[in-house]
Amino acid sequence: MKMFKILVCIKQVPMVSELPWDSKTGTLKRELAQGMMDPSSRRALEAGLQIKETRAELGEKTQIIVLSMGPPMAMEILYQAKSLGADKGILLSDRAMAGADTFLTSFILARFIKKEVPDVDLVLCGSQTSDSETGQVGPQLAEELSIPAIGYAADIQLQGQMVRVHRHVDDFFEVLEMDLPGLVTIDQAAYTPRYAAFGGVQDAFETADIIQVDARRLGLDENFNAVKDSPTRIVDVYSPTTRKENRVLKGTAKAVVDQLFEDYGKIISSAMGKDLKGQGEKI
Amino acid sequence: MTTATDIWVLGDYRNYFQSRVTLQILARATHLAASTGGKVCAVVFGHGMDEYVGEYIAHGAEKVYVVDDPALKTYAVETYSFLMTRLVEKFKPATLLVGATRFGQEIAPRVAKQLKTGLTADCIDLEIDPKGRLVQIAPSFGGNLIARIITPHKRPQMATIRPGTFQELVHDGTAKGQIIRLALPTDMPTEKIRCISSEYKPSKAKGIEKADIVITGGRGMGSKGKFKKLFELAALMNGEVGATRPVVYANWIGHDALVGQAGKAIKPKILFAFGISGAIQHTAAIADADFIVAINKNPNATMMRMADVAIVADANQVCSGIIRAIKENIRD
Repeated sequence: MKMFKILVCIKQVPMVSELPWDSKTGTLKRELAQGMMDPSSRRALEAGLQIKETRAELGEKTQIIVLSMGPPMAMEILYQAKSLGADKGILLSDRAMAGADTFLTSFILARFIKKEVPDVDLVLCGSQTSDSETGQVGPQLAEELSIPAIGYAADIQLQGQMVRVHRHVDDFFEVLEMDLPGLVTIDQAAYTPRYAAFGGVQDAFETADIIQVDARRLGLDENFNAVKDSPTRIVDVYSPTTRKENRVLKGTAKAVVDQLFEDYGKIISSAMGKDLKGQGEKI
Repeated sequence: MTTATDIWVLGDYRNYFQSRVTLQILARATHLAASTGGKVCAVVFGHGMDEYVGEYIAHGAEKVYVVDDPALKTYAVETYSFLMTRLVEKFKPATLLVGATRFGQEIAPRVAKQLKTGLTADCIDLEIDPKGRLVQIAPSFGGNLIARIITPHKRPQMATIRPGTFQELVHDGTAKGQIIRLALPTDMPTEKIRCISSEYKPSKAKGIEKADIVITGGRGMGSKGKFKKLFELAALMNGEVGATRPVVYANWIGHDALVGQAGKAIKPKILFAFGISGAIQHTAAIADADFIVAINKNPNATMMRMADVAIVADANQVCSGIIRAIKENIRD
């Protein structure tokens, strides 16, 4: 029986909302932010683990490879994935790859897969990471690999060299079948991730199955520069505008509610389409 | 034949009566074309969609490229992306805009990849810079920042646009547009995805995106039980309830209510924001509210700084207070 290979793309994202940002280059100083595994990536990994478990019950073998790209500290999420049940982890990490947009990121991920895992059966991705939230890397990776892709899967059933996927998109409930190899992205509400046992993480650190790969090993030449080669460019970044009036009301709940209706009752009743008594007076 | 200044909009009509995103983008494209020159064009694939072609012309499209064939009856990412790439290569528009529906977010990345060009996701605004380039404005990287992105060298410039971002033009039944019908190419790829079943179930609610009054709640509401109070307020005010991501993740309310970059953008006449601190993914989606009332114990929260009226108090108590005030004073 042939080993079924699942490759799960995972990403490390910053844990905090206040992020160190380089306003000169318009890129995130990721090395300064504390990281965690992107919640959407965790769902993709969970889907992979469940497929592996279902197959194991039938005595069929599955290998789960987790693939990530990022700074060296992103090795952490590979260890975490290993402790959860992944068999192998690869981090693509190189200064030359930093600042890649989705076009270049999918190019780099595909380069590794074509070189090292050309016989992959199923690629799983989250549908949207919690930091950049583009949802573009999955479909673009499928395009690079010349394989079909289904987005926003709520459920995946493996049927030989084919998957059956249930999903709910744009008010349509669909059941689709896709020939493998193929790529599936997991819906934000599907495959609630499991938590790793504490001991599991400890064990995972003692493995040699997690490796780091640089640009040269991927066969990218010395002129490769992800920022320069990305088709999109960040011009600048700014904070969302603050409102002009910004009236501040303080006091007891009753006092502020009275004040609110006294000064803004008209705006409120007009939006409600209903009259309120005592507009302009205390109610 | 080369039309290097045209702005193309993918006609995403499958959920037409629920999602007006194509019309919204056509409106913005009309505005952009006023400074770049070029024509605003819609591109429609499918079978028997003349009704939509007419609607696009009535809403600003000067030209509509149509590929109508029984083989295109069902939306299919591989087929549609192949066709779009083929048409772009033939007619060379400067810009290609796609609604950030689920379908749009599946097809646009593949088309961008095939065309070897850039793509910005889920834009909340579009502008033209002094060099005539498309500035794609999108909340970015989960920081407290919005990024302005350009595609300096590659064409077309591509972006997906968040539904609800732009106001559609008033329907003009007298508008004239050129309709260009194209035959299905003979070298279409074989679909590796088969649709076993597809059931259309439009959501019945008016929807948070269209509501005049939206009541949003964050973790500051305290608990799932206390959060429910917002539904009572919404019912009284004829409004809809929305929520932040932590609240949705905590299962206090379903994902449909998520207001934010991974959810919905809203533009109500009044927004009441209860116990929301204001992460960028959330605030970017509410920036178009006409009037914002924020309630939070922390006066320095981002949400409070964005508000027209910032009430420094316990979100729960104020919610109860407003419910009481309306119950006592409503005139039927």
